[in-house]
Amino acid sequence: MEKTVCAIELRGITKRFGEVVANDGIDLQLNRGEILSLLGENGSGKTTLMNMLSGIYFPDEGEILAGGRPVSIRSPKDAFANGIGMIHQHYKLVDVFTATENIVLGLEESGKLDIKAAEGRVQAICDRYGFDLDPAQKIYNMSVSQKQTVEIVKVLYRGAEILILDEPTAVLTPQETNKLFDVLRTMRADGKAIVIITHKLHEVMALSDKVAVLRKGKYIGTVKTGETSPQALTDMMVGRSVALNIDRPRYENPVKRLEVKNLTCLDAEGVKRLDNVSFTAMGGEILGIAGIAGSGQRELLEAIAGLYPVASGEILYSPEGKEPASLVGRTPMQIKKAGVAMAFVPEDRLGMGLVGSMGMTGNMMLRSWRKGRTAFVNRKDPNELALQIWKELEVVTPSTEFPVRRMSGGNVQKVLVGREIASAPSVLMTAYAVRGLDINTSYTIYNLLTEQKMKGVAVIYVGEDLDVLLELCDRILVLCGGQVSGVVDARTAAKDQIGLMMTRMGGKEVHHDA
Amino acid sequence: MTHEKKTPLIRLAKRDGMEAWKIWCIRVGSILAALLLGALVMALVGTNPVTAYGTILSGALGKKTAVRQTVKIAIPLLGCALAIAPCFKMRFWNIGAEGQITAGAIAASYFALFWAGRVPGPMLLVIMGLAGAIAGGIWALIPAFFKAKWNTNETLFTLMMNYIIIGVVRWLQGGPWEGRKGSQIIPQFDAAACLPRVLGVHCGWIIVLVLVVFMHVYMNHTKHGYEIAVIGDSVNTARYAGMNVGRIMMRTMFLSGAISGLVGFIVASGANNTLYDGVAGGVGFTSITVAWLSQLNAFAMVAISMLLAVLEKGAETLQTRMAVPTSISDIITGILLFCMLGCEFFINYRLIFRKKEGAK
Repeated sequence: MEKTVCAIELRGITKRFGEVVANDGIDLQLNRGEILSLLGENGSGKTTLMNMLSGIYFPDEGEILAGGRPVSIRSPKDAFANGIGMIHQHYKLVDVFTATENIVLGLEESGKLDIKAAEGRVQAICDRYGFDLDPAQKIYNMSVSQKQTVEIVKVLYRGAEILILDEPTAVLTPQETNKLFDVLRTMRADGKAIVIITHKLHEVMALSDKVAVLRKGKYIGTVKTGETSPQALTDMMVGRSVALNIDRPRYENPVKRLEVKNLTCLDAEGVKRLDNVSFTAMGGEILGIAGIAGSGQRELLEAIAGLYPVASGEILYSPEGKEPASLVGRTPMQIKKAGVAMAFVPEDRLGMGLVGSMGMTGNMMLRSWRKGRTAFVNRKDPNELALQIWKELEVVTPSTEFPVRRMSGGNVQKVLVGREIASAPSVLMTAYAVRGLDINTSYTIYNLLTEQKMKGVAVIYVGEDLDVLLELCDRILVLCGGQVSGVVDARTAAKDQIGLMMTRMGGKEVHHDA
Repeated sequence: MTHEKKTPLIRLAKRDGMEAWKIWCIRVGSILAALLLGALVMALVGTNPVTAYGTILSGALGKKTAVRQTVKIAIPLLGCALAIAPCFKMRFWNIGAEGQITAGAIAASYFALFWAGRVPGPMLLVIMGLAGAIAGGIWALIPAFFKAKWNTNETLFTLMMNYIIIGVVRWLQGGPWEGRKGSQIIPQFDAAACLPRVLGVHCGWIIVLVLVVFMHVYMNHTKHGYEIAVIGDSVNTARYAGMNVGRIMMRTMFLSGAISGLVGFIVASGANNTLYDGVAGGVGFTSITVAWLSQLNAFAMVAISMLLAVLEKGAETLQTRMAVPTSISDIITGILLFCMLGCEFFINYRLIFRKKEGAK
């Protein structure tokens, strides 16, 4: 029998933010040579808990034991002193530095900095665990997964024995994910203790030894991965039984609604964000858009909405039984005035889709504020719409005047999606519509989108979870580096095939230079 | 075990949704704390704080003439705070109200000096007011235009514009508009160009009170007000909703400058009866404090501008009656503002002190 050594133990950890109890008496135990998945819906307190291990927050109650003795972690420095290293969702790297320079940055070693020797040590770590990394490469030349590698090597270089990864696969392709998992398994064999925060169940099943589940800040329990199933884990997360399938009916006769031809867009620096993109969106169909984060998804939707400048190409909108109209060069207001019923759920909800400081009513007015001949705004109709969405989508808020910024992510999204659907669109574009939402709300959103599709709306769904894209959409457009690498039928396509299309363009490797 | 000792001594925690009565308790408490600190300062320089505070109050509000003078100080403060409120709501940092007041005063003075007698009295005042508003509006429009077109920094731009226009007044004073040669003074306005008095104070107070109601309605119930609030929250959201951000910025700044310009007319015509380089006299900056302390609420601005006017008028009396230098009352005003703004911190955050652990 293997000897298990406890790496870290949490006892009764509680953390409050104002009235909100983010963590409520959490107990957790992790042994060396083990991978633990921390599972829970958004807002269940996973990240808060891990931030207390890495010294960003300090617990209000409870104690942390490292190697059997109680420790006090007040700063990331204390965390490293106890061998704890966290890889955050958003990388904290200096673009113009090399991998090694980033890795040694902030380390207080006595004597002169010997970058060559450091490079050697970095290389040794890479060889030991099978990382594919050039220590002398600059960060701005790296892909997202290479940047992640730098972050992992950085904590290993600092002698971390306990690694915490916050949603590491959110930005990776399936192939890159597999590579990361291989490396994590090597580290496990080397006796490291690893915590991975995720909400992708198949990854939990594939990688971890045990799973700890949190729900609404409370510790629900820890189970061995081998003794559980995705359905059982979901039930633990949600607290009751949830059906995990998406209904995908076919719409009788889809019609062409939106046609994009050879669309090219440049950003402020003159870099091509979209390169010769062409596709058709049909009314009565959900067109999925897959791609690694930053492959041009945001620019594509904003260009169609009239918010991103178009360098060349054509966007044609075909209304029912009328000649197609061009949308290029028009502002959002001109597009609206031209009779195009376009709804857009942008990626940045509070920064683009909503006004954070206003309540639901004020946010409903974003679509109707110009109505009426007088100089005064009409608050009555928007307020009725707000009440209706509040009731129908079960938004949790004390009143329609409560600032949406202070609502939880899921409720914010309900307000936004509810408003956009209420505008009776003929084209509905959504960017990462379920990001940060709990499982229940996610399925509510999927159903709403399918409902719109069955009304003959052309739905465009930019998503990051390939499993969902394959279950929800009719066709999937794959973007890579601003170009279209193909359109596949979602009912027959395989995940690996899409994963390859996300990184390769017609067989040739994509270069990550500008 | 040294473990407990390592807990940080003081920690901050964000707090959410405090009851209204508690918030007001903290605010009133902060004013009391400021008065106590001020008393300490006065005691240090050898003045009896109780009589000093009494003198401030009686000096500002004790007699009818005193009240009139206090109101006269409050008028431009209130008017100008109303002017910058929409800019600040839009997060357009207009700190050029000083210059916009001056620009308005110059335009109004032109008509006062050269049109008096050529048009009937009331008509002259209307022309002066309009000219002041347009001049102030244009002076404010310039930085807004550059911001909308090339995204220049409005803070620096509006600030620099102040010095230009005050320079223009100095030139007028010593040059083309100079009264007696060598005096460096512009002559007094004709009586027809001076605002009439109502209840002993020039009727500017009626104008600014009308503006209070106008601004409240404009900010809270009009489409323009809604646009301003959305832009202040997020420019991208405004673009998403189909708003022309640049145009709204220019329009709002024109309105803001026009109100400041109107204040310039009121000050030149009502209070000074002439134009000189100190026509704005720092009002453009003090009104920023008024606007923030009132949290951009038009009605609260009435109270805050009166409070500051009472302190200023009281300080004058303090100096003449008790020989306390005005710098002392400036210190007290500073302490008061510091406490009033600082107390917002305790409304938004909670301090957690390290708990004492029982001996082990």
